[in-house]
Amino acid sequence: MMLIPCPWCGPRPRVEFSYGGPADRARPADDAPLEDWTRYVYERDNPKGAARELWRHGAGCRQWFVLERDTVTHAVAASHPLPGAEVAP
Amino acid sequence: MSATASPKPARQPERLEHGGLIDRGRALTFRFDGRALTGHPGDTLASALLANGVRLVARSFKYHRPRGIVGDGPEEPSALVAVGAGARHEPNTRATVVDLVDGLEARSQNRWPLLRWDAGALTGLVGAFAPVGFYYKTFMTPARLWPLQEAVLRRLAGMGSSPTAADPDAYAHRGAHCDLLVVGAGPAGLMAAWAAARAGARVILADERAALGGCLLRERVTLDGAPGHAWVAAVLDALRALGDRVTLLPRTTVTGQHDHGFWQAVERVADHDPAPAPDRVRQRLWQIRARQTVLATGAIERPLVFAGNDRPGVMLASAARAYVNQYAVAPGRRAVLFASHDEGYRTALDLHAAGIQVPAVVDPRAGVRGPLPDRVRALGIPVRDGHVIADTQGTARRGLNGVTVNRLVDGGPDMVPVGDWIDADLLAVAGGWSPTLHLHAQAGAKPVWDAERLAFLPDPERGKEWMCGGCAGVLRLDDALADGLAAGQGAAEALGLRPGAAPPLPTVGADDPAMAGSGQPQTALWAVPKPAVANGKRFVDIQDDVTVEDIALAHREGYASVEHLKRYTTLGMGTDQGKTSNVAGLALLAEARGEPIPAVGTTTFRAPYTPVTLGALAGRHVGAHIAPVRRSPMHAAQAEMGAVFQPTGLWLRPRHFPRDGETLAEAVRREVIATRSGVGLCDVSFLGKIDVQGPDAAEFLNRVYINGWKGLAVGKARYGLMLREDGLAMDDGTTARLADDHFAMTTTTANAVAVMTHLEYGLQVLWPELDVRVVSTTDEWAAVALAGPKSRRVLEEATDLDVSNDALPFMGVTEGTVCGLPARLFRISFSGELAYEINVPAGYGDALWRRLVMVGKPFGLTPYGAEALGVMRIEKGHVAGPELDGRTTPHDLGLGRMVSTKKSFIGRRLLERAALTDPERPALVGLVPEDGATVLAGGSQIVAVADRDTPPPVPMIGHVSSGCAGPGVGHPVALGFLKGGLARWEGQTVLVSHPLKGTATPARVVAPHVYDPEGRRQHA
Amino acid sequence: MTRYSALSLIRQGFAGHTGWSRAWRDAAPQDHYDVVIVGGGGHGLATAYYLARNHGLTRVAVLEKGWLGGGNVGRNTTIVRSNYLLDANAAFYEHGLKLWEGLSRDLNFNVMLSPRGVLNLAHTDAQMESFARRGNAMRLNGIDADLVDLPSIRRLAPLLDTSAEARFPVVGGLIQRRAGTARHDAVAWGYARAADALGVDLIQGCEVTAIERDGTGAVTGVETTRGRIGCEKVGLCVAGHTTQLADMVDLRLPIESHVLQAMVTEPVKPCLDTVVTSGAAHCYISQTDKGELVFGGDLDGYPSYAQRGETALIEHVCAAAVALFPAFSRLRLMRTWGGIMDMTMDGSPIIDKTPVPGLYLNGGWCYGGFKATPASGWCFAHTIAHDHPHPLVEPFALDRFARGATLDEKGVGPTPVLH
Repeated sequence: MMLIPCPWCGPRPRVEFSYGGPADRARPADDAPLEDWTRYVYERDNPKGAARELWRHGAGCRQWFVLERDTVTHAVAASHPLPGAEVAP
Repeated sequence: MSATASPKPARQPERLEHGGLIDRGRALTFRFDGRALTGHPGDTLASALLANGVRLVARSFKYHRPRGIVGDGPEEPSALVAVGAGARHEPNTRATVVDLVDGLEARSQNRWPLLRWDAGALTGLVGAFAPVGFYYKTFMTPARLWPLQEAVLRRLAGMGSSPTAADPDAYAHRGAHCDLLVVGAGPAGLMAAWAAARAGARVILADERAALGGCLLRERVTLDGAPGHAWVAAVLDALRALGDRVTLLPRTTVTGQHDHGFWQAVERVADHDPAPAPDRVRQRLWQIRARQTVLATGAIERPLVFAGNDRPGVMLASAARAYVNQYAVAPGRRAVLFASHDEGYRTALDLHAAGIQVPAVVDPRAGVRGPLPDRVRALGIPVRDGHVIADTQGTARRGLNGVTVNRLVDGGPDMVPVGDWIDADLLAVAGGWSPTLHLHAQAGAKPVWDAERLAFLPDPERGKEWMCGGCAGVLRLDDALADGLAAGQGAAEALGLRPGAAPPLPTVGADDPAMAGSGQPQTALWAVPKPAVANGKRFVDIQDDVTVEDIALAHREGYASVEHLKRYTTLGMGTDQGKTSNVAGLALLAEARGEPIPAVGTTTFRAPYTPVTLGALAGRHVGAHIAPVRRSPMHAAQAEMGAVFQPTGLWLRPRHFPRDGETLAEAVRREVIATRSGVGLCDVSFLGKIDVQGPDAAEFLNRVYINGWKGLAVGKARYGLMLREDGLAMDDGTTARLADDHFAMTTTTANAVAVMTHLEYGLQVLWPELDVRVVSTTDEWAAVALAGPKSRRVLEEATDLDVSNDALPFMGVTEGTVCGLPARLFRISFSGELAYEINVPAGYGDALWRRLVMVGKPFGLTPYGAEALGVMRIEKGHVAGPELDGRTTPHDLGLGRMVSTKKSFIGRRLLERAALTDPERPALVGLVPEDGATVLAGGSQIVAVADRDTPPPVPMIGHVSSGCAGPGVGHPVALGFLKGGLARWEGQTVLVSHPLKGTATPARVVAPHVYDPEGRRQHA
Repeated sequence: MTRYSALSLIRQGFAGHTGWSRAWRDAAPQDHYDVVIVGGGGHGLATAYYLARNHGLTRVAVLEKGWLGGGNVGRNTTIVRSNYLLDANAAFYEHGLKLWEGLSRDLNFNVMLSPRGVLNLAHTDAQMESFARRGNAMRLNGIDADLVDLPSIRRLAPLLDTSAEARFPVVGGLIQRRAGTARHDAVAWGYARAADALGVDLIQGCEVTAIERDGTGAVTGVETTRGRIGCEKVGLCVAGHTTQLADMVDLRLPIESHVLQAMVTEPVKPCLDTVVTSGAAHCYISQTDKGELVFGGDLDGYPSYAQRGETALIEHVCAAAVALFPAFSRLRLMRTWGGIMDMTMDGSPIIDKTPVPGLYLNGGWCYGGFKATPASGWCFAHTIAHDHPHPLVEPFALDRFARGATLDEKGVGPTPVLH
């Protein structure tokens, strides 16, 4: 089981977390063409190898964060709070 | 002696007079196929069977051939038996890993009627016509016979039988963290653990055997002038002296390597206890997170492949040594050794030393010279070098009684036709060693073939674990000890520990066979050519009965990939997963392909290393504990009133409150009528509740709900519908504004968690700029619905708050004291009646329920359950779970007018897609049966009346999502979806079709709001 | 090629089985084919077979990176069924099930179809209604389905815990009796052998590294580890790695790759004669002809190409299995494995032309690919041969996401791990 470094809580076992899609997806503007919305909601890069993903520490701080992870080896390179997230006290 | 008393157990005829690590002072009684036998503490079932002269213990998978004991440990491919009685029956157990306990019950399996006379062996007669994969080539026609043929195949296959009663034993999981996990407590593992622990590491040392020490317990070796086991005892004492830092786990098989230093291990806690206490854990699954790992898992000896190599009495040479040295058992009294390398000669020395006759050592290599062969010769044992075992003879019950030895000419198939016959009841075979790389390879490492050592060795590129000793191909004892020390020191250094004083390496006795060294390299003889006169088959995998010929045939037919070979022949697919057979199998395939072994590769190593009980994997999560139970704070009070509870997700919800003798339908009818005509009380604590606070709270709700929230006044509630980003309905509920910056949201029971996650995603990922906080308060509040025309009068008795229609109109919200409890009061209605939802802090839930029941008594207050709640919402036309099935748009649900056009919200844009705005989409309608009596069951499909007699496929124009008898409206009503919706179908008749029940009911399409469509009652 | 029959077994038995011919040729790549199928799994082999059999296209090559049948056709839980709610799924999988029923004879290779029934357990009345909705739709679509009550379930699966005290008590179920299991490897081998016999070249150890296109963007061939191979049309059948192939032509897909694990126990004598599934317990169980109990459960829950999964999921599936069958607690798990699933955003597959002329896509099978093998091959072959989707797969078009015409059998939306 992977050991996931929560940016707020530190390393915790994978079962405390859930995956929530690729990171860095910008939600289109409301008036953007429908194709942009289709792409945003449905299409995926689905990288084999290095990936930037959104994860959530559901059994801990409940924070979403970015995890840099390899989808082949499951090696974790780093994790980052989301932009705009508060800095831990 | 009574007639039913057991016969006196026989003495142990094959127990050696001296030696062994068994406790001869105590006799243990056990049974095998009903026969009473004895052994000693320290025995395994296998050693005890051998001590009693029992050689036939099993029947093979395919041909039901008589089989004996081949190994002495977890690699055992052959000696599978059933142990335990009744609910503790456990099939397919390797006799070699069962600690002998008093009263042990063991039985042979896969035989009928008897192990000695097994009718299944008749399959051997037709074997000539049933080659590998024969079932792919026949039984195609006539097709109707195949199920019968398959049933026969199924019955012949399988090994033991499943238990048929629930397992009475308990299992547990345990998590552990350590600096260093050492797997295997043989010489290398002990040194590694010792070195690292001395340097300060927290060490877990696990070994699958009952006693730690590995080969040092099985081999005749001297360390620092004492027997190997004495040195082991001293090291274990030293480790124990280090205190908590070291955890020793005997009987603990590390079964898998997983991501990020995570290892799983199974500890057999009570299997060796004849009468475990009822509350005792039987097996414990360890979940170990290790910073560093040393694998010292040793090596497994390979047999040799020759005609007749599957008879009871053909045994791995290392196992024969173990039985003699560790268990003081003679696995035979006249033993031939067949070895293809020098190290195997140790067996001849050990057997000879134990007083077992060794008439010959047979070695395919010509001109064998070397320290060990020379020592064997010096004992007067003939070494038949350049020879092979060409065939064996024996009987089913006694197994081997002799071997035929032939000269090997040029290593080729031209063997001298007639061989020498040698009487023997034991044939020890030494075909080289396979390092135990399973754990290493499970995580993706690719073992590398070493053509000199004829073995797969660890992948130098992959794997972060330290490999030492036998599993790294280091077989000589002094080298393995030093290798273990180095691994332990390396691991300690990697942990950032300062290496302390290294533990002393013991001196291995100079005349020790382990130190003799090798005279000449092992020969790669993967299968002895079969002389024309030989009777026996040449088995590569003796559990699944895969022969050399099977492999050749598979290759001829093009199953030339190692995976094809495995899958076509079932090589290595048995309970042993090919621990002793895979290498020979793929070597033979490589020969057939004319390629080197690395070109063929290996099949994938998969966890678990050895099979693990489902019970251990399930742990405590069995029976009632498979999932937690959530109960409302009012559960106990409702139970006292006779509520019948029903699982809803994790919740237990009152379904109805039957009175004496009432059926479900009767109770629901009574509860509905009582509520509609008087007052009812229903627990709604199960709804999800989320507190939303912050200056931007209204803006936030605007973005997650399809309707607007900014204009909602404080003290008012509003129904909201939220969509997924794909435009389809996700959840609904009523949300109240308690202050400018404070909302109390409710969700459906099923989606409470999903909605919370959805909101957090919005706040953290999409709109971090919004100043809003959300927190789940589902467990903080107990909630009831007080519904019915008399609900206001009950409430007036329970509170000082002004609950008049003016002070608290429909959708009004207030706070105050109800039944003496701090409460939030919402005038909302799911039933369509004048109704209130009362929330109190969860701890007051029980009191609220009890007090309301008391206050309501004069008004005939009737508790109602989820069933009546559902009926009333169907009558009223409110959508719920069956309508919100994840495929419906607001318009489909009849809520199209709620969709705001003035703002952006999740799902707005994709809701505009063509297929989601198609007027032909199925949309919500009400349905009433034409006969006014037949209930339109949820789950029915709807077809056009004209299609009543159309043969399938029948076009479906919709379906019934929820239906009920409609006690509140006097006739059955249902909600459903019809293509084109009410606009197309209102007033028309459709056919509600339930072919599963064989019914088709004409029904009239009506507006969904059948009960009080103008909403006068809820506004009253 | 030797025709397989009881007679041929007897004849070969007397001849020491020396006369069996290769199941398929070890073909070397030619310079040019009409159609190149990328992926020698079940779907690719079936497509090649039906291209040759139904459409007379025999200048066809199947290029396989590893060994034939090495993908998900060789690592699934072998369940074959057509018990779907949505019309498009029902029609497609039922076409498949009918093909399954004649497949052994058609291929002259016993794929050991075992119609022992697939029983979905219901644990609540609400679930029974949702099963009824599906079962009624199946019946009206001409597919067999039956609701079963507790006594019937006890007869079907005597070791199942049907007590009222169970944490998730069984209240009934839906069974499709014609559904069941098949010997997964045999399906790949049977199609391979039959396709080979019709002249299809099956080329193993041949990885496609690029898709070659001309100035108009149309496909002209593929670059492989065994050289360039020219062709008119390329069909992708590489479930699990569809994204990697689509990337070669800059085609972005609504697919995420996830690991699905499965596991088997040691073999035991027959003790479970039906495939049993429980949505509440997140577990499905069947027994192979060899005697092993096969378990499967949910996805691990995060993208992975590792072909191995996590212990937590295995523990959960085992706990569920023991909850359903308390007597199985002392049986031992012998092997676990993982396969890579192309998870689409609505849980349904994609079979379609692509915006690239001459390139056809068959993927996104989520974890329903095995049972689809014959229907998928049949319809994909038609799609390639006619350059137009087979009517049964028109609903599986790639543009359904843009149109909003998703086929979401579970109704969970664009979250692949939930399908």
